[in-house]
Amino acid sequence: MTGGTWKHAPGFYAGDRPQVVTSRFQYEDSYTLERYLATDGYKGLRSALARPANEIHDEVKNATVLGRGGAGFPAGNKWGLMPQGVWPRYLVVNGDESEPGTYKDRLLMERDPHQLIEGCLIASYAAGLSQCFLYIRGEMALAQERVAAALNEAYAAGYIGKNILGSKFSLDIVLHWGAGAYVVGEETALIESLEGNRGMPRLKPPYFPAANGLYGQPTIVNNVETLANLPWLLNNGAAAYTAIGTATSPGTRMVAVSGHVNRPGVFEIINGITTFRDLLYGDEFCQGIRNGNDLKAFVPGGGSAPWFTPDQLDLPFEASQVGPAGSMLGSGAIMVMDSTTDIPRAALTLTRFYAHESCGKCTPCREGGTWLERILSRVVDGKGTDADLDQIFEVGESICPGAFPHASNEKLGIAAVPFPYRMNTICFVGPSAYAPVHSALTLFRSEFDARIVKRTMIKVTAVSE
Amino acid sequence: MARLTEENVRLAREIIGRYPKARSATIPLLHLAQEQDGYVTNEAMSHIGELVGASSAEVFGTASFYEMFKFEPVGKYLINICGTMSCALMGAEELMHHAEERLGIKMGSTTADGKFTLERAECQAACTEAPCLQVNYRYRYRVTPDQLDTLIDDLSAGTLSSEIPAHGVVASVRQHIPADRGVGAVAPETVTENPVWLDGKAAL
Repeated sequence: MTGGTWKHAPGFYAGDRPQVVTSRFQYEDSYTLERYLATDGYKGLRSALARPANEIHDEVKNATVLGRGGAGFPAGNKWGLMPQGVWPRYLVVNGDESEPGTYKDRLLMERDPHQLIEGCLIASYAAGLSQCFLYIRGEMALAQERVAAALNEAYAAGYIGKNILGSKFSLDIVLHWGAGAYVVGEETALIESLEGNRGMPRLKPPYFPAANGLYGQPTIVNNVETLANLPWLLNNGAAAYTAIGTATSPGTRMVAVSGHVNRPGVFEIINGITTFRDLLYGDEFCQGIRNGNDLKAFVPGGGSAPWFTPDQLDLPFEASQVGPAGSMLGSGAIMVMDSTTDIPRAALTLTRFYAHESCGKCTPCREGGTWLERILSRVVDGKGTDADLDQIFEVGESICPGAFPHASNEKLGIAAVPFPYRMNTICFVGPSAYAPVHSALTLFRSEFDARIVKRTMIKVTAVSE
Repeated sequence: MARLTEENVRLAREIIGRYPKARSATIPLLHLAQEQDGYVTNEAMSHIGELVGASSAEVFGTASFYEMFKFEPVGKYLINICGTMSCALMGAEELMHHAEERLGIKMGSTTADGKFTLERAECQAACTEAPCLQVNYRYRYRVTPDQLDTLIDDLSAGTLSSEIPAHGVVASVRQHIPADRGVGAVAPETVTENPVWLDGKAAL
C-alpha cells in the first residue's frame, strides 16, 4: 500500500461534510483492492449476504436512495417494478456519463471502482439479478482500465463469480465499453447498444426496462453513483442514511460546478439542504464568481436543464423546489456564466451539442435540433433576422409543445407543463436542444435583438387596372 | 491483412463468451479491430460479422453510429478538443484556433505526416477542469495554448509514448474472467427459476 493522501483527484474537494461515496478519494491508491479492504471494503456485501435478499431490498427502499442519473427515481422502487417470477433478470450499470457539465461517475469509477463493484453485487443479491453488465463510456480510458483491474482483483479474491464468499450467491460482472454516443445514456438506448445495435432509444411504453429490457427480459438500469451509495448504506443502515439530507432527498449528492467561478470543482454535498448560493459563493465550495464579476445566469442540472438567474440562488438542492421553479436537478451539474458571457454563443454550444448527438430516430429532434443550431449560429454570426427568433420558438414548440413557459403558448392554447415534459420525441435529447436556447432567448432577449439585422419591410400593393 | 489476427480471434471468442448473445460483443470487437489496424477496415467488419452471426452491413450499421470508430486511417495521435459549454466558457474556441494554426490543419483533418488528427469533441466529463482535451482518450486538463504547444512537441518527440498509446488502443488493461471463478453468460432461454440464493422466496 502506498499510503498518503493524493494531491490530484482532479477537481474534487472533500470539505468538512459527510462522505458517503467519496471517503477513499483522499488516498493515492484508492482504486486498489488492498486499500479498499483496509477501509471497510466489501463489509457491506458480507453483511448483506448474511441476511435474506428481501430484507436488503427493504433497506434500500426505506433509505429512499434516489437515482443519480438525472430522473431521480428511487432505486428501491425501480427494482420493485420487475414482474414477479420472471428470470433471468439483468443489471445494466449506466457509466455512460456525458451530459454537459456532469463530472462525477468518471471520478467514482477511476478513484473507487471496488465501491461500484460492491454496489453492483449488493443490488444483484437483493433484487435476484442473474448477470451484471457494466457499461462504461468509450472515451474514458482510465476508468475502463481501473474498473477492469478492480474486476480482475475481485474475481481472484472471490468477491465476484461462483459462490461469492462461500455463499449460494453467484454473479458475473461483465465490463462493456461504449464507443461515443451521448444518447446511449438513455436507458433503453443503453440496452440497444449492449445488444450490439445502434444506440437508439426504444419506443415507449413499456416505460421502464424493468418489465422488458435486455434481450426482452426484466432489466434494471442504475447509474454509477446510485450503486456506489449501497456499500455505505449497508454498513450504516437506512436510518443513518436518511439522517443526512431531507426526507424527500436523503443522503448526499455529487455535484460538479464549472464555468466562471473562482474554484470550479466536484463536491459531495448534503442533499436537499445545500443551496445554489452556498455552492457558488461558499468558502468550502466555489468561493464566488471569477474576478469579482456579477453572476449572469447558471444551468442548475446539466445541459438539458432550463437556466436560472441570480433570483433563484437561494433554492436548495431539492427536486420538489427546483421543479416548480421551472428547471431540474438532473445529473448534478452546474454551469456558471458571469456578466462577461456572450449569452447567444453560450446557448449555441449546448444546442449544437444536442443537435450533434441526436440519434435521428424521431423527426422533431433530428430535423428540429439541426434547425435550431443553424438558426442560432446565424444569429450569433450577426446574420439573423427577427423572423429567425420567432422561428426558434416555432421549431422548439414542435419538439416539445408547452414544455417551457413561453408567451406564444397562450396563443396556441398550450399550458406550460412541469417536468417530465410533454414532448413529440421518444427521449429527452430533442427537448434538451430547445431548453438552452429557449432559456437564453426568454431571459436575455435584448442580447439577441442587438445582433439582429433589421430589415425594412416594403409593402407591396397590387396595381389595379 | 485487416481480418482479425489469430491472437485477436482468441480474445474475441473469450469476449463473446461473456454475453448471452454473441451480437452483444459487436462494439468490443470493433474496438479490438480498431486497436489492431488503427481504424476499422471493411475486412475486419465482415470478420466480426462472421464471429457474432451478423452480416457485414449490420456490423457497419452499428459501427457507423458511434463516434469513436474510424473507417479510414487517422493520425497516430487523435487530439479531441472539447467545445461544449463549460470548456467554451473557459476558452475552448481559442484553443481550437491555436491548434489549427500550430498544426496547419482544420478541425476534422489529419496532418500530412499522419501524426496528428484534430477533432472538435463534445463534453468529455471533465467540466471543472476546462478547457480540456484528450489525446487518444487520455486527458489533459486546463490546457493553455502554450501547454498545447508543449504537448504537441512532446508527442512529436515520442516522450509520451509510454503514457499515450497509438490511436485505437482504448484500455491497456483488459478484464479477464478466470475459468474456475466465472459463472458464465446467463442466456434468456436457459434460466426460468429463482436464483438459488433466494431459497425459493421471490425476491420482490
